[in-house]
Amino acid sequence: MLDYLLSFLILFGAIFTFIGSLGLVRLKDFYTRLHGPTKATTLGVGSILIASAIFFSTRGTGISLHEILITLFLLITAPVSAHLLAKAALHLELNSLAKMPTKKVQQEGLEQANQTEVAQQTTEKIEQLTSSDGSQDQELAQKQ
Amino acid sequence: MLDIVLPIAFGLVAVAVAMSFWRLLRGPSALDRILALDTLNINTIALLVLLGIHLSSALFFEAALLIALMGFISTVALCKYLLRGDIIE
Repeated sequence: MLDYLLSFLILFGAIFTFIGSLGLVRLKDFYTRLHGPTKATTLGVGSILIASAIFFSTRGTGISLHEILITLFLLITAPVSAHLLAKAALHLELNSLAKMPTKKVQQEGLEQANQTEVAQQTTEKIEQLTSSDGSQDQELAQKQ
Repeated sequence: MLDIVLPIAFGLVAVAVAMSFWRLLRGPSALDRILALDTLNINTIALLVLLGIHLSSALFFEAALLIALMGFISTVALCKYLLRGDIIE
């Protein structure tokens, strides 16, 4: 019974590790490629380490806790490294299949800047026109 | 049962190592290579743990823990370098 459980966990973990690297090779985009190895870390290596913990705990030399240490460390560090990779990719503006969020923000910023510029220009024009109108009127009055 | 499953698992993880190595060599951008290195670290940990089960020796866990630590630190350092142009500011 224990043998079957160990075999299932080892096979499950190996298949997930394989699928993670397959995703790394097959996917088209860095942002989609980021998904694969994270699954390989959590599910694949996690279940292999659980299998190893069960295996060495039933060997007779007491409960083995090394694997739990490695599992905890991997589970803590995998999201951190994935977040840093995504942040660096957004900073370097790598090619993406989907629309990039930063470009949208930049466009909105440009539009806002244009709107403020247009508003400033119109107010300046209005001021110029009113002042020129006033001067023209004064000039006309002087001529008359 | 374990004698049948372990060689299959070794084969699958070895193919995974080969595929992430292909991405390391091929990767269009530097970040793809960093991601491939991170995946290689994880695959190496899996391979070491499988080897420990196969040889039924607990000697390999320290090596696996060291690889996990160094892999995380190297990934963070490389990402910091690409993000800021410097590692320690």
